[in-house]
Amino acid sequence: MTGYFIQAFIYLCAAVIAVPLAKRLGLRSVLGYLIAGVIIGPVVGLVGEETQTLQHFAEFGVVMMLFLVGLELEPRMLWSMRNRLLGLGGLQVGLTTAAIMALGLLLGVDWRIALTVGMILALSSTAIVLQTLNEKGLSKTEGGRGAFSVLLFQDIIVIPMLALIPLLELPALAQAASTAANQAAESHGHLNLVAGLPNWIYAIVVLGAIASVILGGIYLSRPLFRFVAQSGLREVFTAAALMLVIGIAALMSLVGLSPALGTFLAGVVLANSEFRHELETNIEPFKGLLLGLFFITVGAGIDFQVLAQDWALVAAIVAAVILIKAAIVYLLARSFGIGSSDRWLVTLGLAQAGEFGFVLLSFSLQNNVIPADIAQLLALVVAISMFLTPALFIFFDKVLVPRFAASEPQRQADVVDDEGRVLIAGIGRFGQIVNRLLVANGIKTVVLDHDAKQVDNLRQLEIKSYFGDATRPDLLETAGIEDADLFVIAIDDRERAVELATFIEQRYPHITVLARAFDQIHYYQLKQAGAELIIKETYHAALNLGCEALTRLGFHPFRAEQLKTAFIATENETVEAMYQNWVSSTDSGMSPGYRELFMQQEAAIRAAMGVDRSDRHSNSERSWNPPPKGYAEELAEIDDGQD
Amino acid sequence: MSARILILFAHPSQHRSEVNLPLVEASNAVEGVSVVDLYAEYPDYCIDIEREQQRLRAHDIVVFMFPLYWYSTPSILKEWQDLVLEYGFAYGQDGRELQGKRLLCALTAGGSEHAYRASGYNHYSIRELLRPIEQTATLCGMVYLPPYALFGSRTALEDGKVVEHVERWRQILDCLRDDRIDIDLAARAGKLNECLAPLVDTAQ
Repeated sequence: MTGYFIQAFIYLCAAVIAVPLAKRLGLRSVLGYLIAGVIIGPVVGLVGEETQTLQHFAEFGVVMMLFLVGLELEPRMLWSMRNRLLGLGGLQVGLTTAAIMALGLLLGVDWRIALTVGMILALSSTAIVLQTLNEKGLSKTEGGRGAFSVLLFQDIIVIPMLALIPLLELPALAQAASTAANQAAESHGHLNLVAGLPNWIYAIVVLGAIASVILGGIYLSRPLFRFVAQSGLREVFTAAALMLVIGIAALMSLVGLSPALGTFLAGVVLANSEFRHELETNIEPFKGLLLGLFFITVGAGIDFQVLAQDWALVAAIVAAVILIKAAIVYLLARSFGIGSSDRWLVTLGLAQAGEFGFVLLSFSLQNNVIPADIAQLLALVVAISMFLTPALFIFFDKVLVPRFAASEPQRQADVVDDEGRVLIAGIGRFGQIVNRLLVANGIKTVVLDHDAKQVDNLRQLEIKSYFGDATRPDLLETAGIEDADLFVIAIDDRERAVELATFIEQRYPHITVLARAFDQIHYYQLKQAGAELIIKETYHAALNLGCEALTRLGFHPFRAEQLKTAFIATENETVEAMYQNWVSSTDSGMSPGYRELFMQQEAAIRAAMGVDRSDRHSNSERSWNPPPKGYAEELAEIDDGQD
Repeated sequence: MSARILILFAHPSQHRSEVNLPLVEASNAVEGVSVVDLYAEYPDYCIDIEREQQRLRAHDIVVFMFPLYWYSTPSILKEWQDLVLEYGFAYGQDGRELQGKRLLCALTAGGSEHAYRASGYNHYSIRELLRPIEQTATLCGMVYLPPYALFGSRTALEDGKVVEHVERWRQILDCLRDDRIDIDLAARAGKLNECLAPLVDTAQ
């Protein structure tokens, strides 16, 4: 136990020190983790053997990441990117594999080894690239999407690759290592339900597993989450979210499929769910930590001894891999019409080998496809090329972007596409109407409410809304508050509405806050909290009814409307003074000054209504004031005088 | 001292505007020009009389900028006239606040220029049709300048007439501000467009 504590402490300590430091130096967190790994691994030697095991564990971060990616991706969107997925992704994997294989054959390597190496190196790093793109806010650009479709295709193609590799077994290697391999297979003892089944049954089992993930996601997840949400216990919801992801990963492993693919699918199925943001919020920290751990293990796994021996060879292979991959992606991106600076983003982003490369590598080793020395060399190549990726991104940022910015002053192609977003907190009787008006005008809104039943009701009316407590900062983050322009506060809880306004004003000062107030005091509180526009929920309704009352009492409807307008105008004039008075009075109740002001306001309103005839220039009287009787003669006199 | 120009812009469907918005944009860039978007400032038609009168006091030249609706201004500009040009402010006893200021209309009309003549289907020239505004200006003691008009405005963009129209408007604003307009010539002209060439020539 103590050993685990110490180990965990070392890893966490390295991350806590290295990542903020890397950020401060203007590097990305990925590079920070990698450096932390190098320091605690090869440099200082604090960690060693267990890195391998830890890495398998940390790969679960990739699984969680794909679940989150799936959550962001509605089935409709996935379908709309099928061309890029198959075209760009398929060609990238195919061409890169072929190119590397050809190079291997030229160097006289056995074709089976060459093909395997080609497949291993064709894959890029989903973890590094997506993490970096997200951090830089580039994931919604054209380049980001191109990169994503390639990565997604790679994550899927890994599965047939895993099936293909055993067929490429080298007879010589197999014979030599047959006993050892057998032992290894037994000792690893992967739990696999489908081992030894005939092919057609295997196919049925696989299809059944996928179908159960999709159907379960559609029909079972909602009642489950609703049941959990009603308990109101946050940690139980976290447990449920973890249970879902781990359960799917387990199911997929049992039938021999990629857990990443399974959770991705579950994510896509749940992308429309009202619990989407709550799920994201709960999984996000786990994903972040595990991915960090994964990057640390990559750093720690770099074998400096091999590197020192064969540094020239390693450098040459790394350079060749990056060049080949970059060239192929660049050409593909060009033929798929991805614009110039986006094209470079995709090119540099996908030029490395990836974590699935490690997976394939160890799998190939187990299946006697690759000799151990080549495997060691390749592991180094994969790790170093991943290590270089952040450097390539920095190159993109510092060298390429300024160049393109200079040469294309009006570049507008890669603007983030879902801009103008509005977050609405609270979808009760007030928020609902606001939302309907916005949505009817094609504005993208994200609606949050902490009442699962209410969200459910609205969903039945096809109003898109999400379950979650809008006063939780992390939930706001996953709901996309960073990119929002407007925040509408329409929650029922007076105090929390004010807290929310204060929080947004402090943390996201660029966001305009529009708030619903219950009454005058609440209005002042929200104003003090920094809300830009506040509407009292009963104000306009009451005035409209009052206006109707005047009409029923015999006032001409247009006159009644004018009186209402004058009422509002007069009150608007005094609201600032009333507010200042409220701010200065210590007890936010009815201080004497406040009462005085209120009476003044009432007098002003009466004057505006024209009740106090002493004031000739009352607001309502003034409009369409006819000229005095006899003015026409007066004008005629002037005319005569001029003639 | 250069003249201060107040443009009262009235366009009720600006998301469809093809000519007026470029005009507004160009006007905004001219020094000494203030543009007021009436529909934006008073979407509920509750015009602040005091504020509008204060604006009039602070400027020397008033421009009504609008697309022509039924041979007249969009309704908010009429509302503005009804409310702001009060007895005792703009006309009548002690109503001398607008004396000597200048007023002109900058408008766009859908019909072709041929339609706006005795033989055309609109029967009257644009200057004749805007007589109520001309007389309003006269009663307020203002100097009325002929309108600056663009005809066939629905296809002006396709016909490539917008850029030239906007550029001319910029020149007119410069001339107005720097008092390089021949008022006598302008008073007789049917459209300000007609007397622009000599205006610009004399200016150079």
